[in-house]
This record gives sequence, structure tokens and C-alpha cells, in this order.
Amino acid sequence: MTPSFQKVLSLVGGTVAAIVLVLFLGWWQVDGPGAPTKDVPTNKLPLPIDQMNFTLTADDGRRIVPADWIGQPLLVFFGFTYCPDVCPTALTEITDWLDGLGQESERINVAFITVDPERDTFQAMSAYVENFHPAITGYTGSPSDIADVARGLRAKYEKVVTGQTYTMDHTAGIFVYDAQGMFVTVIDIHEPKTTAVQKIKRAL
Amino acid sequence: MTYSLFRSLIVAMSLFMPLVSASYAVAEPVRKDAMVVEAPWARASIGTSRPSAAYLTIHNEGTSGDVLIGIQTSVAGKADVHTMTMTDGVARMGVAGAVEIPAGNKVELKPGGMHIMLMKLAQPLEKGKSFSMTLRFEKAGNITLTVPVLGIGATGPGE
Repeated sequence: MTPSFQKVLSLVGGTVAAIVLVLFLGWWQVDGPGAPTKDVPTNKLPLPIDQMNFTLTADDGRRIVPADWIGQPLLVFFGFTYCPDVCPTALTEITDWLDGLGQESERINVAFITVDPERDTFQAMSAYVENFHPAITGYTGSPSDIADVARGLRAKYEKVVTGQTYTMDHTAGIFVYDAQGMFVTVIDIHEPKTTAVQKIKRAL
Repeated sequence: MTYSLFRSLIVAMSLFMPLVSASYAVAEPVRKDAMVVEAPWARASIGTSRPSAAYLTIHNEGTSGDVLIGIQTSVAGKADVHTMTMTDGVARMGVAGAVEIPAGNKVELKPGGMHIMLMKLAQPLEKGKSFSMTLRFEKAGNITLTVPVLGIGATGPGE
């Protein structure tokens, strides 16, 4: 073996070893024992209200910020007024739960936030929510306002074009917050009233 | 004397009773052959630009399956059965297309689930009124119903 061949061999060997080491380190951090724990629930939970950053327009035209939602327990539901089934059903359920809570419900705020700000003006929101419990306030805003508040609540929505019109897919759970603005739980619209009322009581 | 007064009172009451109960009762089932359509109702609409929804139960009492292939009503330019599915907490609506009604089975259209979406409303659907709607089945043919309009916040028939 000539010294120059030995040099080449050690160079190649060193390079291969370096590549293997890099690959190993990459695997360790991404898929191996060094990988961050997947599905950390705290990453997916809705944020406390005071950590959110948004402005919205209430159904009386008033602009609000997250701080306006602190001080009273809050229920939040995303929807839109062109929604014929899930949204009126959910708002009716919420109305029924609040009625079930009696006097205790007087302390609760309910925010119905549109995911369709293109069609839902604050006047449209006002006309819509007046069909339900008086504690329910409708909110709209610019598309980026809605994106901001949905990000904070980890809510999803998507426009789905159907022929000449469109509908919106949207997160249909009801978010429950306590008076300090801390996230408590989510209520599914198909849950029985007794369970839903129990969950709301946890925020009171 | 007292008796006749009593009797006329009974007669008067029996005359009024059906009226009173009819305004609260669930619509009578409509039957054609083995197909029975029960408890139709629709949600009041906000004007005509926003769609509304109608609900009912279809009971196939026969021994062979049938398919609901179309819906027509003069109050809506377009009426389709829509599905509502929840995936990861996200509600999605989709056109159901033809709906199978298996022999001996009931298919229920109810809030938060499958519903008839009434689009391009010709007139606002007002609470307390009713309208006519025709369901077209592959085998049973047309079944026409009177659909009462309930409040926006109604959750079932007879409210």
C-alpha cells in the first residue's frame, strides 16, 4: 500500500463516518429517542384569552380585544349565518343549557364568531343571534381578524365551493372559558344537556 | 236544562279540541304503499338569501329497498339532502345524493345530522306557516307532504 493510497482511504473512511454520524444524529433528533414527544396536548389546547391577540367587531359595531372577554365565564362557538343546520342547532343547544343553569347563567358571555366574514356583517350577526339566548353576542371582523382569533382557539375552518355558492367547514365544538380567561373544556353539540351543563358549571 | 247546557258545552269543547291540539301536534304520517314519511318540519328562515333546513323520518315498511332520488318544493329553487359529518371536531356538510332507504328500516333526518337543505328560497319561511314538498322515490314514486315551519331555535317536530 502506497502512502498516497492510504491517505485516500482514510479520507474516504472519514467522510463516510462523518455522513453516518450526521444521519445518525438526524435520526436521533427526528425519529429516534431524541425526538420531541409527539402530540403534546398543551400545544393543541386553546390559549388562555390573555395570550391571544385579536380584534373583532361585536354585533353592535363595537371593536373588542381579548381583555374584553375576561371577567366573566365565556362560551365560544364558530359558525356562520348561511349555515342551516349545525349553527342554529348549536345556538339552540346553548340557549337550552343556559336556561338549565337558571340564574347562574346571567354571569356567562357567549361569543358566536363567524368564519364567513365575507357575507356576515355585524348587522347580519345581530339579526341572527337575536333568535337565540340574549347572552349570545355575534362577532365578525376582517378575514385576518377571524384567522387571529381562530389561531388562539386552535379552531379550523375552510371555504368549500359548491357550484355557484359556497359553504364553510368549521370546528363545531363549544369552547368553555372561566372568568380568568383560562380554557376549561370543549362541549360537543351532540352531548346530552346534563353533561354540557356540568361542564359549564366547572367554569363558574 | 242543566244537562243540555252541559251537553252543548261538551259538544263545543269537542269542536274546539281538534283545533287546539292540531296547532301543536306533529304532522300526520303520509303513507304510500310501504313507504311512510313521518314528522316533517322545517326551520324558519332569515329572509330568502340564507338557506334553511327541513327534517323528517322515512320509514320503509316494505320488503325491498328503495331510494330517495329527489326533492321538490315551490318554496326553494333547490332542495338536496345534505350530510353532516364531524371529523376531529370539524363539521363538514356535503351533498348526500340519492339516499338508500333499506327494507324494514327508518332513515331519520334530524338537526346536527342529515338534513334537507332548502336553497334559493322563493319566499321567507315564516314560523307557524307550512309549505308543500314532494319526495321522489325510485320505486314508491312521489310522496307529497305538508311541512310545518317551526322557529329557528326548534330542535324537533311539534315544537
